[in-house]
Amino acid sequence: MKYIALIYSDPAREPKPGTPEGDADMQAYFTLNDSLIEAGVLVGGEALEGVETATSLRIKAGKVETMDGPFAETKELLGGFYIIDVPDLDSALKYAAMIPAAAHGTIELRPVMDLSAMMEG
Amino acid sequence: MQGQGPDSTAGPAPPQDKAAPFATQTRSALEAVMRGDRGRLIAALTRQISDLHLAEDVLQEALASALAHWGRAGVPDHPQGWLLRVAYRKAIDRFRQSARHGKQAADIALLAQAEAEAPQPIPDERLRLMFTCCHPALDQKSQVALTLRLLGGLTTAQIARAFLDRETTMGQRLSRAKTKIAVAGIRFNIPEAQDWDARLNAVLTVIYLIFTAGHGAGESHGKDLSDEAIWLAGLVNHLRPDQPEVMGCLALLLLTHARAAARKDAQGVTIALGAQDRSLWDATMLAEGLALLDAAIKRHRPGPFQIKAAIAACHIGPEGPDWPQILALYDSLLRMEPTSVIRLNRAVALAELGQAEAALIEVQGLAAELAEYQPFHATKADLLRRLGRWDAARAAYDRAIALSPSFADAAFLTKRRAALPQN
Repeated sequence: MKYIALIYSDPAREPKPGTPEGDADMQAYFTLNDSLIEAGVLVGGEALEGVETATSLRIKAGKVETMDGPFAETKELLGGFYIIDVPDLDSALKYAAMIPAAAHGTIELRPVMDLSAMMEG
Repeated sequence: MQGQGPDSTAGPAPPQDKAAPFATQTRSALEAVMRGDRGRLIAALTRQISDLHLAEDVLQEALASALAHWGRAGVPDHPQGWLLRVAYRKAIDRFRQSARHGKQAADIALLAQAEAEAPQPIPDERLRLMFTCCHPALDQKSQVALTLRLLGGLTTAQIARAFLDRETTMGQRLSRAKTKIAVAGIRFNIPEAQDWDARLNAVLTVIYLIFTAGHGAGESHGKDLSDEAIWLAGLVNHLRPDQPEVMGCLALLLLTHARAAARKDAQGVTIALGAQDRSLWDATMLAEGLALLDAAIKRHRPGPFQIKAAIAACHIGPEGPDWPQILALYDSLLRMEPTSVIRLNRAVALAELGQAEAALIEVQGLAAELAEYQPFHATKADLLRRLGRWDAARAAYDRAIALSPSFADAAFLTKRRAALPQN
């Protein structure tokens, strides 16, 4: 079954790019990507640009309203995601624990809804 | 209390029912099966169906069928096997009725095979069920509730009463947890070797929480939950023998429970260990606990439950508590579980060894974390009393009394507070 691992972290606690810690962090992601591919479980995954580049949108009374930034003000922000296809939650948890941001942020694992039955029906 | 039958089997049988000549035997057979084997049936079903909602539903339907069939034709030779096969058939019917034919054809075939080959006696899959109920992806209160419902067979109403929840709230909690297990992909598995210690600890922690809920409740439902916890620990010990931590957990429960009759006076007020009437201790249960602990320690794989049991054993020696040994055991325990609660308990041992001042400093450092924890204030009050700081002691007793979960503890602390000298 498919899971999405949503990577939340506080930008203030993230390793800075260009520092030795930043380089090590980047390297850790490359290593993780390789092992996910090698295990045949990687469906997809991306890192996201900073939340200051986000635009939020909703429709109110038929009109599109846009807003600069995210809706929710929280310390830990969504910074990226992986989608993996594994047999069960225990194996998903094992891979999620390998995501470098787990050491300073939070990984939220959510099962991806299986809509195939609905399509068939 | 474990294994209460569902409501449909309760109530007296109508006498001399011509349509159901075996009604009385049927009712008692079903009650016996549900008391002793409900967890076993749910576990066997879940192994095949991997959906706890469905497993409980089809078992309920199988019980209704049994009531009708057995009432007419008599109780079968193997009631559990009969119920399991009928429950499988009910599950197959459900799968066939659902819209997802294509996807579930394989599931139906597997179930049909399970139904045809249902062994006798039915396999015991309760250890898997235990690990599923206590999966760390479920919150701890849900782990406790699921374990009591599925392994212990308590009704939702009984669990709600034990945790002072409304029945609907507890029902929703159980339902959400069962849905999460199915949707989030929590498998009905025995953990792998690298996860074994942590997952076993989660199971034993749930059992211990059930036990302490029994002690905390004290009054009407308390004893039942303590017995339930001892039964569950015994079950795990039976299903997976020779596990030192399981033996340690069971020993801890027995060594604690053996003193239950001596723990309160005639007015229901807690009696401190040193003042308890030892003739009221259950000697057989104590001996069983000590033997288990001894056998566990001989396996040379120490763990937190064995140490806690050893601490309990050190409290009840014939010459009174062995405080130097207790302090050393708390030091080992702290290395495994560096928690505030264990630091608090260690401070008590320190005070007993004449270091009340050091103990108080240690305890005051825990104030922020344990502000709402009754034993923190009770311990602090006792340390201040030992140091002769009466006013501060009185204030700490007041806070401890206000936070006391039971009459017994509140009354005990009130007596202690009243015994403080006026300045």
